[in-house]
Amino acid sequence: MKRILLVIVVVALYVLHQDFWFWRTAHPLVLGFIPIGLFYQACFSVAASLVMWLLVKYDWPSQLEREIEQPEPE
Amino acid sequence: MIPAIVVFIYLATVLYIGIFAFRKAKGREKAEDYFLASRSLGPFVFLFSLFGTNMTAFAILGSSGHAFSNGIVTFGLMASSSGLVIPLTIFLIGTRVWALGKKYGFMTPVQMFRDRWECGHIGTVIFVVQAVLLIPYIIIGIMGGGTTLNAISGGVVPYWFGGAIVAMVVMSYVFFGGMRGTAWVNTFQTILFLLFGAIALIVIGVGMGGFTNAVQAIQSSPALAPLLTRERISPLYFFSYTFIPLSAIAFPHILIFCLTARKMNQFKKTVIFYPLCILAIWLPCVFLGVMANRVTDVPQIRAKQEARRVLATQGKTMAPEARDDLREKAAGDDVILLLLERYAPFWLAGLLGAGIMAAVMASDSQILALSTMFTEDVFAFYGGKRRFGEAVQVQTGRIFIVIITLFAYAVALRAPETIFELAIQYAFSGFAALSPLLVAALFWKGSTKWGALAVTVWTAAAVAAVAIFQQVVPAPAPAPGQNPNIVVCAVGGIEALSRTPAGTAVFGFMPVVPMVIVSALLMIVVSKITRTPRATTLARYFKLEAT
Repeated sequence: MKRILLVIVVVALYVLHQDFWFWRTAHPLVLGFIPIGLFYQACFSVAASLVMWLLVKYDWPSQLEREIEQPEPE
Repeated sequence: MIPAIVVFIYLATVLYIGIFAFRKAKGREKAEDYFLASRSLGPFVFLFSLFGTNMTAFAILGSSGHAFSNGIVTFGLMASSSGLVIPLTIFLIGTRVWALGKKYGFMTPVQMFRDRWECGHIGTVIFVVQAVLLIPYIIIGIMGGGTTLNAISGGVVPYWFGGAIVAMVVMSYVFFGGMRGTAWVNTFQTILFLLFGAIALIVIGVGMGGFTNAVQAIQSSPALAPLLTRERISPLYFFSYTFIPLSAIAFPHILIFCLTARKMNQFKKTVIFYPLCILAIWLPCVFLGVMANRVTDVPQIRAKQEARRVLATQGKTMAPEARDDLREKAAGDDVILLLLERYAPFWLAGLLGAGIMAAVMASDSQILALSTMFTEDVFAFYGGKRRFGEAVQVQTGRIFIVIITLFAYAVALRAPETIFELAIQYAFSGFAALSPLLVAALFWKGSTKWGALAVTVWTAAAVAAVAIFQQVVPAPAPAPGQNPNIVVCAVGGIEALSRTPAGTAVFGFMPVVPMVIVSALLMIVVSKITRTPRATTLARYFKLEAT
């Protein structure tokens, strides 16, 4: 269940990258000079970092590290 | 000339770090130490060197140049999509490759493929395609070095000499320092160019009297206002670009870098901070690239804008050669350097120039990766290591480094493309199309060597086809407000294959989209009708997943 939720979050973020709603406008200008489309994509990068943190915290493949310590089967 | 002197001091520092690392290395004649730093990199060096090795000349020069011509869309196209896709692939694929490398001693992706799919010569075919696709990446670094030194020195250092200096410095520390030297140099360089973005933004912003007026001026100009939106790029093209970062994990130098971590935990920081590092370097560069359009007192920038204007208004009636000439004049690869020259004090321009050089010189990892691949996938695989020993293998790797650098330099002197186009059109799309190899090898028991061969041959053929198509059908001139594409093939009134001002479109998508999809389909279909490896081989790979 946890993994399914994480997959949904990642897919949702990927979809949110296609922000067609700010396609043809520069307004509002954030801080008076940052076009909204650029600001949105900058926020997207921060969100991507947060999602990566979620993946690392809740779905870290620690079994791989344990596995390499085990001997090879015959 | 003062900035150029600062840059030369920087180059000497880089050289020292590389050679210093070499002296500190123990057991340096061991291939694993020279090529993988004995799989011993700590979390800090691993994060910064892995990020740094993926940030090449176009992270600073190409991004600001692309933004100068295309506007803010550059950030969404290349930076934020990479900020999601690249750490995700490092998380899913990089960690697994690290574990398999640690367990079975792999030093290259091809070694893993050969073992996983029980193949020999098919691995050699994959090596050849990877090597051919990697070389443009190395050329980018040398071209960027030549452009940067030429601009920073105010033209005193010619392009050919600047490229030669960069090639020599990179070759020297890779030659002596191997992976350890390269990783430390990359760490130093990454810190420098991460600082670069913030400092450049502040200095140029202050110099321009703040950005608010500049943005308003751009908005009030009908020709420039679209640069603050994404209307010049189609949503399909924008979507296509999210396939390009799939190339990162398929690049041999990135995958080989994944093998250098001491522990798997070291991937955690890399995965989490990767999007923020991209944000820190790309956002200022893209923004400054757009703002350069408001700089009216730099003749070189005015000349670029004029070339862009003539291309848009009269390009249709021009000969293809004349259009290419104008495109080259309008290219903005050096706008960030021109902004620094205009607004930064001399001493700071030198430091910031060093920051640019740091990004430009990321070709070190690619050179080392090619050398590692040659010595492991060809020299060792075909008996060289067994006959001549490991010390000779390392020396062979060093000789290969010299040869490949000289070759890349020779090509860089003749290549007419802008830095950005060269990288995107050939290397990135090709490696993205190879990414199904990794997914299949690591996650699908049913994949076979014949599926891998089909993917590799298709990738090579598709890259060659796009290159030939773009040579045969010259790029049309951009036509604001109209569809400038040359439609070569239409299906039911829809453009199936077109030549666009920026490249090629297949049903409106960049070629990378069908290339990746067909690669994945070929892997599935061909694997389904051919025999899988033995159960004992599969057990070695998939018990990792079963636990």
